[in-house]
Amino acid sequence: MLNFDLAEEQQILRESVRDFAENEIKPIAEELDEKEEFSLDLVKKMAGMGLFGMFVSEEYGGIDAGYISYVIAVEELSRIDGSAAATVAAANSLGIGPIFYYGSEEQKQEWLPKLCTGETLASFGLTEPNAGSDAGATQTTAELKDGEWTINGSKIFITNSASPISGLIIVQAKTGVTSKGKNELSCILVPNDTPGVTAKEMHGKMMWRSSNTGELYFEDVRVPEKNLLGEKGTGFRQMLATLDRGRLAIAAMGLGGAQGAFELALTYSKERNQFGRTISSFQANAFKLADMAMEIEAARNLLYKACWLCDEGRPFSMEAAMAKLYCSEVMRRVVNEAVQIHGGYGLMREYQVERFFRDQKLLEIGEGTSEIQRIVIARKLGCFE
Amino acid sequence: MKIIVLLKRVPDTEARILINQEGTGIREDDIKFVINPYDEYAIEEGLRLKEKVGGDSKVTVVCIGSEESAELIRTALAMGADDAVHVCDPALKKPGPFTSGAILAKVLQDEGFDIVFCGKQAIDDDMAQVQAITAEILDIPQVNVAVVFEISDDHSSAVLNRRIEGGDERVETKLPVIISCEKGLNEPRYASLPGIMKAKKKEIRKKTLADLGFDSAPGGGRSEILKWFPLPKGGECKMVEAEEIKDAAAELVKLLREEAKVL
Ligand SMILES: Cc1cc2nc3c(=O)[nH]c(=O)nc-3n(C[C@H](O)[C@H](O)[C@H](O)COP(=O)(O)OP(=O)(O)OC[C@H]3O[C@@H](n4cnc5c(N)ncnc54)[C@H](O)[C@@H]3O)c2cc1C
Ligand SMILES: Cc1cc2nc3c(=O)[nH]c(=O)nc-3n(C[C@H](O)[C@H](O)[C@H](O)COP(=O)(O)OP(=O)(O)OC[C@H]3O[C@@H](n4cnc5c(N)ncnc54)[C@H](O)[C@@H]3O)c2cc1C
Repeated sequence: MLNFDLAEEQQILRESVRDFAENEIKPIAEELDEKEEFSLDLVKKMAGMGLFGMFVSEEYGGIDAGYISYVIAVEELSRIDGSAAATVAAANSLGIGPIFYYGSEEQKQEWLPKLCTGETLASFGLTEPNAGSDAGATQTTAELKDGEWTINGSKIFITNSASPISGLIIVQAKTGVTSKGKNELSCILVPNDTPGVTAKEMHGKMMWRSSNTGELYFEDVRVPEKNLLGEKGTGFRQMLATLDRGRLAIAAMGLGGAQGAFELALTYSKERNQFGRTISSFQANAFKLADMAMEIEAARNLLYKACWLCDEGRPFSMEAAMAKLYCSEVMRRVVNEAVQIHGGYGLMREYQVERFFRDQKLLEIGEGTSEIQRIVIARKLGCFE
Repeated sequence: MKIIVLLKRVPDTEARILINQEGTGIREDDIKFVINPYDEYAIEEGLRLKEKVGGDSKVTVVCIGSEESAELIRTALAMGADDAVHVCDPALKKPGPFTSGAILAKVLQDEGFDIVFCGKQAIDDDMAQVQAITAEILDIPQVNVAVVFEISDDHSSAVLNRRIEGGDERVETKLPVIISCEKGLNEPRYASLPGIMKAKKKEIRKKTLADLGFDSAPGGGRSEILKWFPLPKGGECKMVEAEEIKDAAAELVKLLREEAKVL
């Protein structure tokens, strides 16, 4: 029983998000990128479309649409603009996800409704200056005393954490030492307006220039004991599972970005004449376009299968790592040749393909570098046993 | 208030249209189909009227079309329409305007309505006749090419602007009425994701000709499409260039006489 048809609602969703992205995002994407501006107005419009809380159940303000639908939405946003897609992907996978999956009833009631309307953004504070790929090397500490956590430390590169509507940070902190002598890690909910929290917007990015990235400092930050997410000591496991699901959305950004750059190249190659012919009619270029189309098709099949496994409640972490790795590398090859097909014009801001070329690079770094994805896959293959 | 919106499935404006080998229609295998763009204004106006009037107002979508139209009907439901009637019958391959008008008149009668919104024309065959024929059969007013629509306080009449050459014409009409919508009337909303999920549970009532009480397609035998063919390819365009305008004119006359042989 193999069936590649999407459900009717998923096709309608794709068309609708595509229309939205083309009409509401495309006209402003270049300027926001140039000015490195995070647009609250655009967040509001995306929230109006219902792009926040896609996999959350209705009782908490979501729409319970599942991961294939979520991934299609991110794919369609990325086909037009990586930054807008990043805002949505991080808000859902990293901000909303951990609370929905691990939060207490009280935490869910308090945070999910306003996160699903997009009036507030939550962020996931994992990475630190000295804990990047080695995400368990967290130095930020949280000490429990008199019913309160006291948090000290810092985080870096945290998406959606330093905007005017950033309301909550899910902080991974060291809460002790395990019996094996390793860091005991826990996640704690820290509202942005808690005294002692400083959020600084990071500027000078090569890519995702109109998404919000923050550097966070915690100085004797006190929050109630009940702000612990799930049980003490389960932070590392929560983080790994959050990243498994998050990778589906990052993969969708690779897939959508590749699709967008491919379409730009295909259109341009049919319009541009050199040597008295369209450049698409030169086999050198036609073969590049054929390879792009083929790799995008393969990437889409791999990613949708990983989402299907996730929606079916089956193990999917290896496939998620494969999809994230493959989709981002397909996008790298596609953007590279898409710029090449544009010749000199491909290097200019005015031709959007230049932005796709820059935005691609993050996908091989964020939410686990390509090397880390290969480690995840190789570990599943038993290579390191 | 009972509001009805007419919807037709048509090829995307950006689709590359090719006529099939037999000349009986277009090649449909590779092209994308969409809601007739003018019908989107009709859906939006219907939804706005419902939101304005409130109470137990209801927007019903009516579509004559193949099985494939279902996805587009569902899109209109995702935008906010309440339910739909889908007339779908193998005997209705390419209904002409009189056939469609007769069927729609029957559906409208069966459903009951206060107001009907539709597009000013379908962008596939550009006939712009269906709304007029339907209104005539039902013997109710129709106002075409609306760019402004205002309902009266007691909901018994409406004032509209029709776009005409070089200006607008202000018209007052009684309800029930059929109004065809023009670009500029409103800005159609997107189907939001929550709307799409809700639309899954809304009802599309499928009807065959028999369900509507017809033995065969009504309104046939008036006119028939014999054949479709593409326009002959246009000739090459040649630009005349010269420093002085009078030299250009002289060159143009020479070309018209010697090359085009039209003078
Ligand atoms: C725009 C942006 C947004 C981000 N958003 C978030 C966020 O919301 N939340 C969050 O917590 N983090 C976020 N990050 C951080 C991101 O996840 C990290 O940058 C990433 O995990 C890599 O860590 P690092 O930068 O410290 O690189 P490092 O870990 O220092 O890696 C440097 C290089 O060494 C390689 N390397 C490291 N270890 C190994 C190994 N064992 N084997 C082989 N090669 C190895 C890496 O693959 C890489 O090529 C974001 C980053 C960016 C740039
Ligand atoms: C920063 C910068 C500085 C420059 N400086 C100078 C300068 O100082 N002086 C100057 O004169 N020019 C300069 N150029 C122009 C540069 O040399 C051209 O951009 C380059 O020759 C490519 O031409 P094009 O951009 O028109 O691309 P196109 O010729 O349109 O090529 C587009 C794509 O089609 C491919 N293609 C074209 N024809 C064929 C074919 N027959 N078979 C297979 N593939 C084909 C190309 O390889 C390319 O991938 C500069 C460009 C830039 C971006």
